[in-house]
Amino acid sequence: MKVVSVSENTVVVLFEQKISQQVAAQVLKLKQLIDAELADYVIDIVPSYASIHLSFNLRKINHQGFVDKLETITDIVLNAAEDDTHDGQQKLIEIPVYYGEEVGLDLHEMTESTGLSIEQIIQMHHQKTYRVFALGFSPGFAFLGSVDQPIAVPRKETPRLSVPKGSLGIAGEQTAIYPFDSPGGWNIIGRTPMNLVDYNQHPPCEFEVGDSIKFNPISKQAYLDLGGEF
Amino acid sequence: MSLDDLLPPTLQIVKPGVISLLQDYGRYGMQHYGITNSGPMDEHAYLWANRLLQNNFNAPQIEICLGGFEARFTKPTRIAICGAHLHPTLNHKPLKTWHSYAIKAGDVLRFGGAHHGLYAYLAIAGGFDVKPQLSSCSTVMREYLGGIHQNGEKLVAGDSLDYPHYNERHIKGTGPFSTVVPEAYIPSYPDKISIRFIPNYSENGCGEAILNKFTQQSYRVSNEINRMGYRLKGEALPHDGKSIISQGISTGFIQLPKDGQPIVLMKDRQTIGGYPLLGCVAHLDVAKLSQSKPGVEVEFVKVGIADLEGELGEYSGFLLS
Repeated sequence: MKVVSVSENTVVVLFEQKISQQVAAQVLKLKQLIDAELADYVIDIVPSYASIHLSFNLRKINHQGFVDKLETITDIVLNAAEDDTHDGQQKLIEIPVYYGEEVGLDLHEMTESTGLSIEQIIQMHHQKTYRVFALGFSPGFAFLGSVDQPIAVPRKETPRLSVPKGSLGIAGEQTAIYPFDSPGGWNIIGRTPMNLVDYNQHPPCEFEVGDSIKFNPISKQAYLDLGGEF
Repeated sequence: MSLDDLLPPTLQIVKPGVISLLQDYGRYGMQHYGITNSGPMDEHAYLWANRLLQNNFNAPQIEICLGGFEARFTKPTRIAICGAHLHPTLNHKPLKTWHSYAIKAGDVLRFGGAHHGLYAYLAIAGGFDVKPQLSSCSTVMREYLGGIHQNGEKLVAGDSLDYPHYNERHIKGTGPFSTVVPEAYIPSYPDKISIRFIPNYSENGCGEAILNKFTQQSYRVSNEINRMGYRLKGEALPHDGKSIISQGISTGFIQLPKDGQPIVLMKDRQTIGGYPLLGCVAHLDVAKLSQSKPGVEVEFVKVGIADLEGELGEYSGFLLS
């Protein structure tokens, strides 16, 4: 773990540069400590797979002062027992998904690349609980992992110009929901009727890095009843 | 008192121009939800425009890109215009940029085309009265967020923006900077600029050899520039093909994508990214770059954080108070 100064009021804490549950747990632990200890100085804190990006208020503390305080906290996390995998786990969020072929735009194609049936693909996807590793790309777009190998198909060669809002996709070992209509190259396997981002609520989005996400399959009728659209 | 006296003063948009957006200082503390900071492309011009009117630094203004803008004031107030020189006129009479002016009911303000710079700022006494979304009214078209209709839309003909009733102070102007920005603070937007940056030698950065090549050549601002980022054009830098694991990114970060042509991230950038970082542009130099048109020559000069901190502290202490 290393604190890197990037600009006058920005630092990045770099963890071991790999994507794993263990690194993600360390990121979450440090993030919680920063929230508890340095909230007065922090303007934006962006945890990701193996880093925490921080911008802070230079009118309250100078650069070196902030780095010193941060390093004191990173030492605490470093000195915690290596086998301490206790993960200050965040919330579990359940998301209803309709995995029908009308909305699972790439399900059929995936049967060819994986050799699995549509039912097997769906079963394999929803039986797991996923972790939010990072949030970004667009508001509320949560990168979840990790998808089981047999269905971890790579991004599509030609991205779609518009992926419908609520679409659930797979790209390699990652899975995510598109909170808005947007261009995108992920393999689409279903759609949620839930609105994931509401700018008139605080917070505007339920997901945060470290949360657990479970997808619950729903019927076409339930999808429609919950306001789902085709 | 007539009914008209009770109506809030409004600015009626006749022509919005190329892209005109409502902006305040930006939306902070939301980046971990994937929501960008936004705010004025040119903070220097924006902050001075509010300063001229003794507004709060966060008071909402209109950011006018490239001109073609026309609007009518329904009631008296005072305005300030800073940033790019877009040939502003009031009732067809030329105005100066970096000045404030008294406005009468019925006055018509127009901006022509850009001569120097890209973004002009129109501030109004007390700030435009717009309902914020997530603590800011900055408009982010890509996120459908902010702006006068709270949906990220740019201004269109027929929009009207409320502003506060004036008082004597607004009309006469008071204080040392009430009508004009001191000359030392007025930039000239030349065709050749020098940008200071803090190099990044760490694991998420680029090697020393690449950084040396980066500073040894000069770049041109390409045609691919917008509120998310400015792509530069030069001799392609060698790229070892490595990408980094996506991490949070700030305004001013200089990314090196695989084609070897650097991109400087601006106010509406995405919140995380996976390209190696050459470094970060000095906070105060982002404004300078934002006003640079395609074709402007840019050279990058290495500096240390310690060299910049004092300057930024002094600047913020004055303009963010």
